[in-house]
Order: sequence, then structure tokens, then C-alpha cells
Amino acid sequence: MPVYQVPALPSDDKRWRIVNGTMRRHGYSRNALIETLHTVQSSFGFLDKDSIRFVAQSLRVPLSQAYGVVTFYHYFSMKPPGRHTCTICTGTACYIKGADKVLAQTEKHLHIKVGETTPDGNISLMTVRCVGACSCAPVALMDGEQVGQIQMPQIFEQFEGWKTHD
Amino acid sequence: MSTAVDVKTLIIDGVDVSARQDQTVLDVARENNIFIPTLCHLEGLTEVGACRLCLVEIKGSPKLFPACVLKVEEGMQVTTKSDRLLHYRRTILELLFAERNHVCAVCVANGNCELQTIAQSQGLTHVRLPYRNPKLPVDLSHERFAADHNRCILCTRCVRVCAEIEGAHVWDITGRGIDCRVITDLDDPWGSSSCTRCGKCVQVCPTGALFDKSKVGVPHPKYPEFLPYLNLMRDGQ
Amino acid sequence: MTSEELQQIAEGVRLEHENYDYEVNVCMGAGCLAQHSDQFKNALAKEAEASGKRCHVRSAGCQGLCAAGPLALVEPSKTLYGHLHESDAKEVIESLGEKPVERLHIQLEDYFKGQRHVVLENCGHIDPEKIDEYIGCGGYAALLKVLTEMDPAAVIDQIAKSGLRGRGGGGYPTGLKWGTVAKALGSPKYIICNGDEGDPGAFMDRSVLEGDPQRVIEGMSIAAYAVGASKGYIYVRAEYPLAVSRFTASLREARRRGFLGNNICGTPFNFDIEIRLGAGAFVCGEETALIASIEGKRGTPRPRPPYPAVSGLWNCPTLINNVETFANVAPILRHGAEWFAGMGTERSKGTKVFALTGKITNTGLVEIPMGMSLREIIFSIGGGVPDGHKFKAVQTGGPSGGCLPEEHLDLNISYDALIGAGSMMGSGGMIVMDDTSCMVNVARFFVEFCMTESCGKCIPCRAGTAQMYGLLTKICNGEATHQDLDLLIDLCDVVKNTSLCGLGQTAPNPVLSTLRYFRDEYLEHIDNHRCPAGVCACSANDAKPQERTKERVEVEA
Repeated sequence: MPVYQVPALPSDDKRWRIVNGTMRRHGYSRNALIETLHTVQSSFGFLDKDSIRFVAQSLRVPLSQAYGVVTFYHYFSMKPPGRHTCTICTGTACYIKGADKVLAQTEKHLHIKVGETTPDGNISLMTVRCVGACSCAPVALMDGEQVGQIQMPQIFEQFEGWKTHD
Repeated sequence: MSTAVDVKTLIIDGVDVSARQDQTVLDVARENNIFIPTLCHLEGLTEVGACRLCLVEIKGSPKLFPACVLKVEEGMQVTTKSDRLLHYRRTILELLFAERNHVCAVCVANGNCELQTIAQSQGLTHVRLPYRNPKLPVDLSHERFAADHNRCILCTRCVRVCAEIEGAHVWDITGRGIDCRVITDLDDPWGSSSCTRCGKCVQVCPTGALFDKSKVGVPHPKYPEFLPYLNLMRDGQ
Repeated sequence: MTSEELQQIAEGVRLEHENYDYEVNVCMGAGCLAQHSDQFKNALAKEAEASGKRCHVRSAGCQGLCAAGPLALVEPSKTLYGHLHESDAKEVIESLGEKPVERLHIQLEDYFKGQRHVVLENCGHIDPEKIDEYIGCGGYAALLKVLTEMDPAAVIDQIAKSGLRGRGGGGYPTGLKWGTVAKALGSPKYIICNGDEGDPGAFMDRSVLEGDPQRVIEGMSIAAYAVGASKGYIYVRAEYPLAVSRFTASLREARRRGFLGNNICGTPFNFDIEIRLGAGAFVCGEETALIASIEGKRGTPRPRPPYPAVSGLWNCPTLINNVETFANVAPILRHGAEWFAGMGTERSKGTKVFALTGKITNTGLVEIPMGMSLREIIFSIGGGVPDGHKFKAVQTGGPSGGCLPEEHLDLNISYDALIGAGSMMGSGGMIVMDDTSCMVNVARFFVEFCMTESCGKCIPCRAGTAQMYGLLTKICNGEATHQDLDLLIDLCDVVKNTSLCGLGQTAPNPVLSTLRYFRDEYLEHIDNHRCPAGVCACSANDAKPQERTKERVEVEA
């Protein structure tokens, strides 16, 4: 059987070595695809065609299959995130406590839709299906930090803070 | 060398039939000229049980079962035609017609389309549901073939034939839910993908989604019957 | 590990307790942590040291009442403090042995009175990252007993006799499932713990994984021994980073103590667990989709049979249970099947953890014996609907469940009773709605959820939920006709009966249950183009609400 050559790292960016480490830990097994994609996303913040191609070829997964997996799971993003991320929970408890209105007002305030980033690349607006903090509904994650019982002024204040810090 | 295979007897639509234990209800029904509509099933490919048109009733169960993956059992009483099943099949077809843009009159597969044929066989006369009219692309980048996503019903026959028979796995599905779409490679144009140009996907496509460019304007029958033979040859039988 | 060694560790933990007059368990669950309970804990530890009191400050798991976080429980007085801030640390330490700090003291006798903690027995009382504290509470005694004194069939027999049913939603008898996997031919066999708690509004599994992870490991190990598996996977949502890191640390601890690995407890039994991350797909809670996801594929379900018990992960016999199910295993073997079967109803035994949220005074985690009425949970334990609003409905079972109205409040919680009323147990989300919620809008919310979470494999779910969503939007906007309503009902029937997996088959439940109990709200939107709760867009466009209401009364008369 011919020996399969693992492709070279796309660049000398250190993060590729972290990605490679995940694959090596799983013995370059095909079923490590999702685990590896997690590592790519946490290292680079998003996935692009080059990184998917590298992972797919390293694990000997067909390109279309890898692409299908990336686009199936909402946790994976193919767009580079903004410098800051505002994620609003749209679980049931949050919805009952008015998360839909929070989302609508945030969209209006930032002039972007969910999944988009402000044109200056500063803030990305995302939603998540329940972070399991339903007692504190409605919940938002501001740069990953959980904020409960959110109020609009509080969110806008945070946006202002993000503006001035950069 | 022969291995002993158990034979089961069952009743399909009131007819006593016999079957090998590894057969599905669909296989046995077809052997006995009992028609069960299918779209995702194709002899020679693995079953996915996705189109739900082959659902049948089994006496003693309130649930419906997809005949394509339902293994025969001794004494099983199967009903393939009933008012309830007909209603479900028609509604599923309506859902398919309303999902994308299936305009038979201007379709390359008109007259050779499995969706069209099944809709006629089930007596579907009109669609009650609102058409969703999505804006979908047509990929003409391939030198021989074309992919019109407006006609695709996501049966995944192309995905399976490419992965299982051709062994190239150029096709797969992107996205999920109503946003699903068949893709080649990393959603690259078909023409610049790693496609081997074998054309099997076009032959197995039940609608006008994948077609031969040279057949535009002339009848475009498809020939998926090669599959079982190809499998036999491969197994060396 | 022998039973003497286990006792030694437990004894060590007990002696450790004796070193202290007071112990303060500060909640380090995700909810309290987000409210900076770690800062409070650090301040508290500093104050404790400065005070010279014999006081131990512990990082503990979830105490249940997350809305009042950060929380801390003082032992042995069992004083619960809430809304804690760094600056309160001094006062809390000073009050030890004295009167509680009134300002921070949470006195909710009713909240705790009706509860019975089995799954949550250690949650909030032990440090989840210290395996010895779990052993100190009787942990791993069951595994040791099973490995050294029982054969696999006897273990399965105990689980079957206990009457435990799957806590993930379906309620399949756990003993029967274990027995099937044990009998299945083929090797290797796998154990999977389903921690893909996808139901929005449910966080029981998160709290258990964060607050008492060793319990899940012990449960999985016992199951592995019973069915003959040597490899396990736990599938946890990536949205629960704390649970993932705690569980990963706990796996290391369990290996260090020799409860995972080769020759566990000096017996020939080998077992290890690997953690796999979900990636944001609700459908992966369905067992065949979850298996596909662990295999690194798109999480699409496949038709069953064959069931995973016969052909699951890599086509091998696979046992899949949910976190809470595994969390029940060790107590059953420790106290015996009769003890467990002594709780609950005829066909639903034991306790169930619910996440009580929405428009309710005491939001949080509650564990109650099966058979308790919804009214008791919502009004006694939950403290009823706040702000003078009126109770309207309670939603159980997540997107697969239904909304139950006031007349069903005396329903006793059990798998079968909930299904009979048009809802289901689900994984344990319980969301209370008051008169400010529009039931049509709620139904639309759930259908939208199912539409975006549909994997797209089968047509009824893929296109059916999208069509249902369109029709519900039309109703919400006050633009629908009775014909649209009939079409919606017809679609519900088709999607329910023809979809491939549980997601599609149950997607119409929220619509069907609201239609059953709140049909008048649908009709109000259709006939009078108004939303009675004032939620939907149509109410804003309503020019003459009074007149239209009058017309409606006449039609009814």
C-alpha cells in the first residue's frame, strides 16, 4: 500500500503546529475531523478554504466531505470575526424574557444583521442556541464573558467601551 | 460454496410472497410487481431512507416504515397503498415541488424525470403550499455537464455514486436544513473541481438537476441501470 | 484500589472536615462564575485566614438557585447566601457562629422542602475537581462493589429492577437497553454519554458535569462493566466550556486514582473515556446523529433499526445514555434497586431534575421525586409567577414538547402522563409563561428552532418545518385565513408521521399542543387580526380592536 504523504504546513505560522498536534494526537484518524476543526477555529478564530483543505488532506477526508461538516455545524464560522463579539442567547428561556427584542435592537443599533461584522471590523453580532444559563435570562456573551439579565443600555455601554479602547 | 439463507413469508397488499431474510420489503415488492414510489433509493447504492415516499404500513404498528430499509419478517403484513399513505405521499411531493423551482415545461428532464413520473402516478394535480421560489445558481463551469440547483431534490444519489462507486467523493452536501445544497469539493465550480468526468452522477440524478449539456433541447433520458452490473463486475461474480 | 484504600481516602476526607468548624461552599458553576463568584471566593479565603476562624472555603458546584448568584452555602448551619460581592466577604466570615447576615441571607424553605436530591446530592457540597471529596461522599464504592462482588448480569438486573428510564427524553427503560447491548454480538462495544444538552432552556446536564463530574464517570464505568465495553465517549456541547474543562480534569483525576485505565481496582476490567466536543447542532442529541458526529461526519440521523445497541459507533454495539441517566447509576447500586424504586410513580421511578426558568420567581435547578404535580413545582418550589402576572402555560420537553395550560397543573409528573397531555418529559427544561406570552408566537419560536436545526436529510422535516414556519408567521402577522390553519394542521400531521428522526417527528408538538389548549389565540389572530398578548406584529396594525372583538363574540354566539 502506498504511504500517504501528510501535506506540509501551509506556512510557518506557529498555530499550524497546534493544529497538527491535534491531528497527531488522534493518529491522523479521519474521525478526528471535528476535533481538528475545533482546534483550527480556536487558533485562528475562523475557518477558511485553505485551512479546511489542509486539514482534509492531512486526515485523508474528501474535500467536499470536510466542507460539508464545516457548514453543517453552526459553531464553525467561515468568516473572520470582528475584534469583539457580542453573542446573544436565543434559547427558550431567553426568548420568553425578551431576547428577540434585545436582538432586534442590537441589530438596529449596530446597523448589521446576525452573523455580520460592523464595516470597521470592530464588532461581530452572533446568536447561540442556549448557553445553559437560563436562570439569568436573557443572556449575552460579550467577548465570551457571560452577562445575565441584560439591559439594552448595558449592551450599548459595552459597545462604546469597545470603540474607545481600540 | 453456498450458505444457507432463511426464507420468510409475508403478505404485501394481501398477496402472499416469499423472501430471503436479508431482503427489504421494497426488494420483495418490486419482485412481485407491487409498485412503491421511491426517489432516493437506487439499486446499487447504499440506502439513506430520506425521501420518505416508500413509507408503508405494517399491521399492528401505528408507525410507518420506509420500505427501502425495512427488512422482511415472518408473517409481516404490509400495506403499500392506503388513503393515508397516498395523502402523505402527495404532501411530500408537494413539499418537494414547492421547495425549489421545478418548472417542468422548461426543464431539460421534462418527460424523463422521476419526480414528474411519480407525481403523475400519485395523482398529484396541484400544490396547495406556497412556492418558496429560492434564488439558486446554475453551475455551467463543467465542459460536459451542468448542475441546476433549482431542480435538485437532495436525494444524494450523486453524492453516493461518486463516493461509493466512482470512489472520488467529489460531491457532498453543504449547509443544513432548508439551506442544504450539493457541492463539489470546497463548494468550488464543478468545472475546476477534482471531478473525474465519469458522468455517473448525471446518469443517476432523478431530475434535471445534473444534466449533459449536449442534451439541452433534445430528450435526455438517464441510464442508471449500469449500477447493479458494475457492482457485480467489481465483486468478481 | 481496594475497599480498604477507598475507606482510607474517605476517612482522610472526614478528618479534613474535622479540622474546620465552618465550611463555606462557594458556587463555581457557570452561572455564578459569570457573576464573579471566583473573586468573592478569593476575598473570602483571605478573610477567613485573617480572622483566625477554623473555616474552609471550598469551590463547589451549582447550588440550584442560579438567578440569585453568586451563591454560597455555609455549613454546618446550612445558611445560604446570595447576590454576593467581594465586599461582602468580611461580613460573611464575621457572622460565622453568629446570626446570619440578614441582607444576603436567602430564606426559601419552600424551594428546598419539596425537593429530593439523588442526582444533585453532591452538587454544591463538594469540590468537583477533587476526586477525593467525591470518594468522601461514598463515591466509587458502587464501582468497587460491582467489579469485585457482582457479575455483569446482576448489575443489569439491579438497574432493570430499579425501574430507571432514560432521562434524555424518550424514557426508554435503562435496564432493557443495557441488557440488549450486553447480549449484542460483536466487539468492541462502546459506551457513549450524551451530554449534548441541546434543548434550549435546559441546563441540568451542564450543572452535573460542572458540579459532580466523577458521578458520571462512575456511572459510565459501571455500565461499561455491565455490557462488556472497554471504551467510552462523552459528547459535550462546545457551548459549555466550563463543563468540558472540568470533565477533562476529572478524567485525569480518575485515571490517577486508578478508576479509569487498565485493571481497574485490581480486576481484569479495563475502561477509559474520551471527550468529544459538539459543534452547535441540536440534532446531534439524536443518538444516530450523535454517533455520526463522533465519527467526524455531518450529524445526520439514519433510519433505525438497526438500533445503536446492535450497530452503533463504527457499526459496533453501542450503549448511549444521557448524563442524568448515568448520574443515577451509582446511587442505585449503592442503595439498591428497591430504594430507587421506592421513589416516584408506578411506571416512572426515582427523581427528575428540572431547569425551572421563564416567568417564575425562583428560577434554577430543582430535583423532585417523580409524581409531583406541576402545580407544586411551579407554585410551591418555584414561588409562582412574579410581578402580579397570571400563569398561562408551562412548556416542557424543549422543542419536542408542548405547552400545558392551567387546567393541567395538577398533572403528576411522569413520562406517560406528560405524553398523554400532549407534551413530553424531555431532558427537563420547564419554562413558565405568563399572560405576556403569545402562544402562537411561542409555537412559531419552536418551529423556527426546528427549522434551523433540521439536518436537511429528509424532506418532511427540511421543507415541512419551513412551510409550517411560513404559515405561523402569516398567522402571527394577522394575514392568515382558516384555510391556512387547516393546511398547518395537515402539515403537522405529515411531518409528525413521515419524518426520519425524532427531531422531525416531534417538531409539530409545540404547534399541536398550543392548538389543543390555546386555539382561541390562533383564531383571534386569524379572525380579528389581533394578538391577545400584544406580542405579534399584527396587534400594532390593528385599527379598531374594540369593534373586531365585538364581531368575534357575535360569531361565537
